Amino acid sequence: MNIVVLLKQTPDTESVIRIATDGKSIVTDDLKWIINPYDEYAVEVALRLREQHGGTVAILSWGPNRVVESMRTALAMGADSGVLIDDPDLEGADSLGVAKALAAAAKQLNPDIVLCGSRAVDYDLAQRGAMVAEFLGWPHVALAISLECDGSKVTVDRPIEGGKVSLQADLPALVTFGGSHGIWNPRYASLPGIMKAKKKPIDMKKLSDLGLSGSECGAQAIKMRIASLEMPPQRAPGRIVEGADAAVKAHEVVRQLHEEAKLI
Amino acid sequence: MGNCVCVITEFRGGNFRRVSAEAASEGRRIADVLGCSLCAVAIGSGTGAKAADLGAYGVDKVYAADDPSLEYYIAETYVPVIAEIVKKCDPSVVILPASVDGKDLGARLAARLDASLAQDCIQVSCEGGAIKAKRPIFAGKTLAWCQWEAGSLPIISCRPNVMECLVPMPDKKAEVEKVAVALPAPRAKVIGLELDTSGKVELTEAGVIVSGGRGMKGPENFAILEELARTLGGAVGASRSAVDAGWRPHSDQIGQTGKVVNPNLYIAAGISGAIQHLAGMGSSKFVVAINKDPDAPIFSKADLGVVEDLFNFIPALTEEVKKMKSTC
Repeated sequence: MNIVVLLKQTPDTESVIRIATDGKSIVTDDLKWIINPYDEYAVEVALRLREQHGGTVAILSWGPNRVVESMRTALAMGADSGVLIDDPDLEGADSLGVAKALAAAAKQLNPDIVLCGSRAVDYDLAQRGAMVAEFLGWPHVALAISLECDGSKVTVDRPIEGGKVSLQADLPALVTFGGSHGIWNPRYASLPGIMKAKKKPIDMKKLSDLGLSGSECGAQAIKMRIASLEMPPQRAPGRIVEGADAAVKAHEVVRQLHEEAKLI
Repeated sequence: MGNCVCVITEFRGGNFRRVSAEAASEGRRIADVLGCSLCAVAIGSGTGAKAADLGAYGVDKVYAADDPSLEYYIAETYVPVIAEIVKKCDPSVVILPASVDGKDLGARLAARLDASLAQDCIQVSCEGGAIKAKRPIFAGKTLAWCQWEAGSLPIISCRPNVMECLVPMPDKKAEVEKVAVALPAPRAKVIGLELDTSGKVELTEAGVIVSGGRGMKGPENFAILEELARTLGGAVGASRSAVDAGWRPHSDQIGQTGKVVNPNLYIAAGISGAIQHLAGMGSSKFVVAINKDPDAPIFSKADLGVVEDLFNFIPALTEEVKKMKSTC
């Protein structure tokens, strides 16, 4: 089975985010970069599918050279090879442009299934998977919290408000992953894995290798941009409730919620 | 582009979901600023019978796609139908709820229309006719104003429980145009549906949430939070610690890798307040935090802080709420 994983490199979720002097971008100098956690779940599922069905797992990513480090981590987990779209003309592209480039690159890899996270923990636009599926002309199922695949179709559960729904899609299809670390338990890279990863191939591609140009999907083609960034409103400082014991404090909290905040 | 504002509603189980009313209200507000009409897409099974009711939210015209094959959201069936309707009504902006299905639908629809989608927005501005939408990024650590290039169709999904739901014309009936649906068999289909029938409120849409963390010490102790939530008419959530410990299901998790919630009242019991948890509840309108540790970070996000053993405080709080309600 030919499996392709779309992988984004994102800042660590503990990062302190600071607005740059241009007022519309963030300071990236001192950030620690990781595999987007939701894409890490996709890597784990890809490896399980290869264990089950045989075949290959390719990691497809885009961006500057620092992304290679995250791809090597995925290779160390067990993926076979990588493709990085590293083209200055793709810098500043919006999600739509990146999705076009990824779909073109994925097509060249001839996959049976494409896997990726449902969202990225930085800009959280939650659209890459659906957009790539549209450009591939494939069915997609999003936000999977479980997955089974018999080689010809894939079955997933996904949460909806008030419950969950089970979906089945004929391959080739694209699946995006929700859930959490506790659900997917992505494997750690072993030391032998890390050593082997150094020798696994990572192909570098330009947009022209994909039959695309910057005017189609790069900064010149963007439909939406960030006009400005602002810090969220600061909450007014709260108060610690005084009182002799829990019962007295409980009475005071209810009084404030009822009479002052008028919430109950 | 420019004839109307188009809102895509969400229909499930024979009715429009409340998020549809929020999106329609926001659509009406924007249409009034832009000086144009508000049209809606009603897609599902049974939408024809209810479509005219959208008039109450200020919708002028509804395009209703009504077919048993549309009962459950599948991208392959919904997106082509909606794309055709959007092309037909030629809007200056498309609004939809950032519900679970809405976010997915919006993304695939945007690609279909070669447009860009701003997801999970908390505010829309249209000064001077230019649409801008504000959305949280980096788990809410920063807010971004998004704007669209001239000639690009803005598609905006609205975070649930944020936009005010207005009913300006309760008796108005919208004009309804039924849209023919003729689709090829999709390659994805729904094969099962499990809905919680206990009547519990969905966290992302709840007005009151009582949430427990590591301080709860075990799954059976969540019973005291459930009792408090029941008394307040709210839902019960959990921090990642409690979910990872197996005490509560992932669907209850609030935080960066769980759900983002916007209740009017958030009560956090035994939650320390890790940055990733704050990302999930930081926009709650009023926060009460209970923790034995006076230095717990959660207190920095709380309007009222109680330094107490939650096992003493929560039952006392439930008692006081019951007393207050019985005297009102």
